[in-house]
Amino acid sequence: MSAVSPKAAALALRLAELTLPAGLAAARAAAQARLAAAGLPAKRDEYWRYTDPASLTASDAPLADLFDAAEEVPLFANINRLKLVFVDGHFDAAVSDDLTLSGVEISRLADVPAGHWSENAYGTLEAAGQTPILRPLAALNSAYATDGLLIHVTARASKPISVIYLRKSEASDAILHHFIKLDPGAELTLLENGPAASRLNMVLEVDAGDGARFHHIRAQGLDHDRRTVSHIFARLGAKSLFKSFTLTANGILTRNEAVIEFTGDHAQAHIAGAAMGDGAFHHDDTIFITHGAEACESRQVFKKVLKHGAVGVFQGKILVKQGAQKTDGYQISQALLLDDDSQFLAKPELEIYADDVKCSHGSTSGAIDETALFYLRSRGVPKRAAQSLLILAFLADTIAEIEDEAIAEDIRARLESWLQGHED
Amino acid sequence: MLEINNLHVKLEDEDKQILKGVTLKIGAGEVHAIMGPNGSGKSTLSYVLSGRDGYAVTEGSASLEGEDLLAMEPEVRAAHGLFLAFQYPVEIPGVGNMTFLRTALNAQRKTRGEPEVSAGDFLKLVREKAKALHIDADMLKRPVNVGFSGGEKKRNEILQMAMLEPKMCILDETDSGLDVDAMKLVSEGVNALRSEGRSFLVITHYQRLLDHIKPDVVHIMAAGRIIKTGGPELALEVEHNGYAEILAAHKLTEVQ
Ligand SMILES: Nc1ncnc2c1ncn2[C@@H]1O[C@H](COP(=O)(O)OP(=O)(O)OP(=O)(O)O)[C@@H](O)[C@H]1O
Ligand SMILES: [Mg+2]
Repeated sequence: MSAVSPKAAALALRLAELTLPAGLAAARAAAQARLAAAGLPAKRDEYWRYTDPASLTASDAPLADLFDAAEEVPLFANINRLKLVFVDGHFDAAVSDDLTLSGVEISRLADVPAGHWSENAYGTLEAAGQTPILRPLAALNSAYATDGLLIHVTARASKPISVIYLRKSEASDAILHHFIKLDPGAELTLLENGPAASRLNMVLEVDAGDGARFHHIRAQGLDHDRRTVSHIFARLGAKSLFKSFTLTANGILTRNEAVIEFTGDHAQAHIAGAAMGDGAFHHDDTIFITHGAEACESRQVFKKVLKHGAVGVFQGKILVKQGAQKTDGYQISQALLLDDDSQFLAKPELEIYADDVKCSHGSTSGAIDETALFYLRSRGVPKRAAQSLLILAFLADTIAEIEDEAIAEDIRARLESWLQGHED
Repeated sequence: MLEINNLHVKLEDEDKQILKGVTLKIGAGEVHAIMGPNGSGKSTLSYVLSGRDGYAVTEGSASLEGEDLLAMEPEVRAAHGLFLAFQYPVEIPGVGNMTFLRTALNAQRKTRGEPEVSAGDFLKLVREKAKALHIDADMLKRPVNVGFSGGEKKRNEILQMAMLEPKMCILDETDSGLDVDAMKLVSEGVNALRSEGRSFLVITHYQRLLDHIKPDVVHIMAAGRIIKTGGPELALEVEHNGYAEILAAHKLTEVQ
């Protein structure tokens, strides 16, 4: 009798709680095989050194107290958008707009018909993203996701798609998976907003054709007890543009991974994150950018404001493959520690196999600038307001990655309201 | 206006006494100058008056229009009309100069229970004041003092003063780093603000500034004390003879 490894045992336990949804059977089976080969992640895995995945891999999602969303400034309220609402991981057609938008075809993963284009797409970018580093929770997601959107963008979308994730249960355990396929020259802005579930496992695959443009603005909410693991997998064709910004406030555990690969020349990928953690907050941004084509530009800008024992993690890698000449790679990760209890752990990495490239990275952590604080106060700005101003200034570089000024202004307003509400 | 009595100040974290009994009274509308050797405590006095952390007052008092300055938070002192033009103006990346000015102005007004200045009125005001100081629109848009030249930083301090219209203005070496023309601009800026209800304490090493901004009283500070007080002629004396004589004389009196 062969011994069962601890990883296989943990996986068996987890799978006992899951049922395989219908539809996309071949893609799901392939993902199951990837998951079986990888096993579930554990704290001793190098890639999970700074973040304990135990509560993300456990059979049952830990209970999470409900949070009154009314405490938050609404986002995107004045933006003309197609609103699609998920409640605890299930699409709610009653409160959503129709799935019709010019320049876009939208289907639901939960009722995908046979012969749908996604049969050849779903899970493929996730599968590609398993090398060189395994991402088992993403494979689990592809196999077992119960709902999500399959979006085919054929032209320039007439307005943004705004996905709203509500949480109404203390015990919701959601697995959501979106696939976005952008034809050459197509363009879409995706807005995501809300906690989604007590525990959320989210995958977003983005396949951008040549010259396509994709804007992604995500706000993960102030919900204190939620847990999230999310993966973005993007494949970028020649001259395409990919821009993603994530705002995270509280949340007991968040692991946001992004795996981006340039497959065509002269493309651009900017990925930014602003996180504000107060108290029991563990936020991990893990980024892997592969330059597999020439003259592409990648930019990672991640900033975290931490207090009362909050922990921030950043693992960011730029891999420049042989032949990816004229690569321009930039990475910055910074933390503002508002007290001595908070902690920032950063692991920036560059791996370069081409000789004509420009790559830089930097990481800092520090306290609020007392001299600047006094300067502001000496001009009559009260201490709290002065601190808020300096915090917003610290985060400004991340918000600057949002192209649409109205959306950026919304994000700024929400940050300001958090700062006002969170004064000590 | 400003009344400082026997002020003793030490560093909070160190056993180092910096001010050893400063006494100074500035009446409404008066301009006083303080000169004195490097390290004598001039900037420390200005910081303590404006409420910077890191200093401990061990003895004495300071009041503005009869109110205890030392008991107020820095922002409250500002709202009461105290202003310090810093010897080394601070750079604040990420905060635009305009935002900074407007936030400061409205914060002070709010503390005093006055209505906020509208965006339009503010813009008009700032343009007018900036023009007089030859501060261009670009400097107003840039982050506070970031990448400003030494002279630009000093002019920016005077712009803030002109916008905030304080009652008690302390200028800490605002003249250092200024070219001849900028010195004239800054002096004109200061002189334009001189009025019956507004007083100035001008810290400087050079007589030249005092040619433009004529002081009523000149003090010499050394080793944490005001050791001599006189009229404008005292500044001329320092310019010609340095501090040696005054210091020597002071030591004699001390020995007595
Ligand atoms: N935070 C501090 N830590 C250590 N020493 C300090 C501190 N602040 C002031 N001092 C010391 O106190 C003394 C007075 O300093 P201050 O800056 O007030 O002098 P000043 O008269 O303004 O000099 P200058 O003409 O060079 O500007 C100096 O010896 C200085 O080194
Ligand atoms: Mg000084």
